[in-house]
Amino acid sequence: MIAPVWQNLAVLAAVAGASWLLRIASTREDWRSAWRQLTSNRIAMASLAVIALYVTVGLLDCVAWRDRALDAGGKPLSDPAGRPILETRPLSVLDRLCTPLRTRTEKTYSAPLSAVQFTREAVVRADGSRGRDYPRLAWPRRHLLGTDRVGNDVFFMALKGTRTALLIGGLATLIVLPLAIVFGLSAGYYGKRIDDAIQYTYTTLSSIPDVLLIAAFILIFGRGLPQLCIILGITSWTGLCRLLRGEALKLRELDYVTAARALGSSDLTILARHLLPNVMHIVLISFVLRFSDLVLTEAILSYLGIGVDPATGSWGHMINAARQELTRDPAVWWNLAAAFTFMLGLVLPVNLFGDALRDALDPRLKTR
Amino acid sequence: MTSYIVRRLLYAVPILIGVNAITFALFFVVNPPERMARRILGEKNVTPAQVQAWLADRGYDVPLFVNPNAKGAGRLVETVFFRKSLTLLWLDFGTSDRNNVSIGGQIRERMWPSLTITVPMMILSLLLYMSGALLVAWARGTYLDTGAVIVCVVAMSVSALFYIVGGQWIVSRVLHLAPISGYDTGLHALKFLWLPVLIGIVRGAGGDIRFYRTVFLEEMGKDYVRTARAKGASEARVLFRHVLRNALIPVLTGVVTEIPFLFMGSLLLETFFAIPGLGSFLIDAIQAQDFAIVRAEVYLGSVLYVLGLILTDVSYTIADPRVRLS
Repeated sequence: MIAPVWQNLAVLAAVAGASWLLRIASTREDWRSAWRQLTSNRIAMASLAVIALYVTVGLLDCVAWRDRALDAGGKPLSDPAGRPILETRPLSVLDRLCTPLRTRTEKTYSAPLSAVQFTREAVVRADGSRGRDYPRLAWPRRHLLGTDRVGNDVFFMALKGTRTALLIGGLATLIVLPLAIVFGLSAGYYGKRIDDAIQYTYTTLSSIPDVLLIAAFILIFGRGLPQLCIILGITSWTGLCRLLRGEALKLRELDYVTAARALGSSDLTILARHLLPNVMHIVLISFVLRFSDLVLTEAILSYLGIGVDPATGSWGHMINAARQELTRDPAVWWNLAAAFTFMLGLVLPVNLFGDALRDALDPRLKTR
Repeated sequence: MTSYIVRRLLYAVPILIGVNAITFALFFVVNPPERMARRILGEKNVTPAQVQAWLADRGYDVPLFVNPNAKGAGRLVETVFFRKSLTLLWLDFGTSDRNNVSIGGQIRERMWPSLTITVPMMILSLLLYMSGALLVAWARGTYLDTGAVIVCVVAMSVSALFYIVGGQWIVSRVLHLAPISGYDTGLHALKFLWLPVLIGIVRGAGGDIRFYRTVFLEEMGKDYVRTARAKGASEARVLFRHVLRNALIPVLTGVVTEIPFLFMGSLLLETFFAIPGLGSFLIDAIQAQDFAIVRAEVYLGSVLYVLGLILTDVSYTIADPRVRLS
């Protein structure tokens, strides 16, 4: 687990970086016209709103800090030296906002909005007789999507899965972008030996089927969110790198690059000022289209036992649990239904938005 | 043609050596044999002597790259790199770490269950997706087209896990049409296989039909199609004789990336339906922390992928005579 302070700073840095990029983009005419086209597309705008909602939930769940530990009387604890003792587990803003959801736990399964528990127990009835019955819940009709095996609110668990899904997509992209941009552009621009070396590297890497490389990597480095992000980044950069190399090959022959060279611009300047801005639309499109894949992959990997560790809430783990739950009679279906709804609710808008973005930014790739 | 194939095979050699280097770095440099032995024997209560005995038994008790104690060529041969990694190049997989069985034998045995679900799945899905996409492309611009595209986008946004979990639940548990999981030899395998195959086909339908539709639509916008229509060819003839053949190249490219998974099986389907194929072999090996098996599968997967790429290029010439291999 990353220390909360660093984690919060990283979130802040990511938000600042994203808004800085947006600011730059908003000054350029080609991006503005793409944005105008997007705003006239109702499906794209609705998708963007849903995505924004997920991102808000994810961000709220990323900012976390630890409270003072309290003793039985409710007074804050201190160690002998007078320093405050903190709780072992940090609580995120989302945890704090959802305190009722988080703390109102039951003993075990209960169906969505049910007043009674899912399983029978030995109870004392109102007339004093003993028997097996469905006991009333501690919080009847308060669990929108029911509760899971240990009595946690399923709706809350699904909310917690959002952070994992977004982090996987976001962090893997942070690894993909520098690798793909630096290698892709320099391979296309410089050509010759550098091109050969870079081509060899990504051909070799992409020759290993993704799932096998991920499996090997996770086996060696253990399960966990950071490891998973790193390996997903390593397996995903080759595709974008190939695209960017091809684009750089085309762009370096264009007149404005020749003109820049004639004016004495260094290679680095040409790469950064003339090539990079002209491939950014490809980067953005492939990021959005890749993002939904990453979210789906995370769930599958968690299910196969090579994803995030079981302590991290994830939709893959919820589906995994559902496998046993469906064998019960009657079946416990709400865990699966919750994970299904939340995943579809994120992946579908991302796919729709990605398509709209592609149509707006790169008419050559138009599919409709 | 022959010289082209030979040259492509030669190009594959440095790539396979690269893959070998990556697996070696990952499995032996990052994670030295001693650590591997400790993870397999259990972190606690293991004596150095036990670790050494285990390493000697599995042949890991030599230096990684150069063995100063051996003579002549033995300095390079009597090393972990040569014994455990280089041998993969000629597909000698060695024995598993956990119970010392021959991995090559296991792979030969387990590839058949994998093939029995992936080959029918691939052939049937290709036929169904192509006909579906042709139908949608034929009805372009109508409500059928719009509806189909919407269904496809929704279908590809649903995780594969839901198709499998949901399919098994509905077909096996609620309707009792198929056994829940398992495998049998010969024709008896059919009753276990039809459900995974069906789920596999449904799972890929959304993304692929949409992709093929795009490919077909792009072809249908070209001049030769207008010419064909102008000279009076029927719509069916235009679609099947002209568009279909010209659209084969992108379709073939998509199919080839699936080839490693013909052998690897579908990891998800195999683990879920308890089919003893190569996919479940890998997952079992990960759970048992058997490094040798995972290493062998990584390498085998890459070999199949590289072979698949060569096959695609060759199949291009069959699909499209304009493609010259040089």
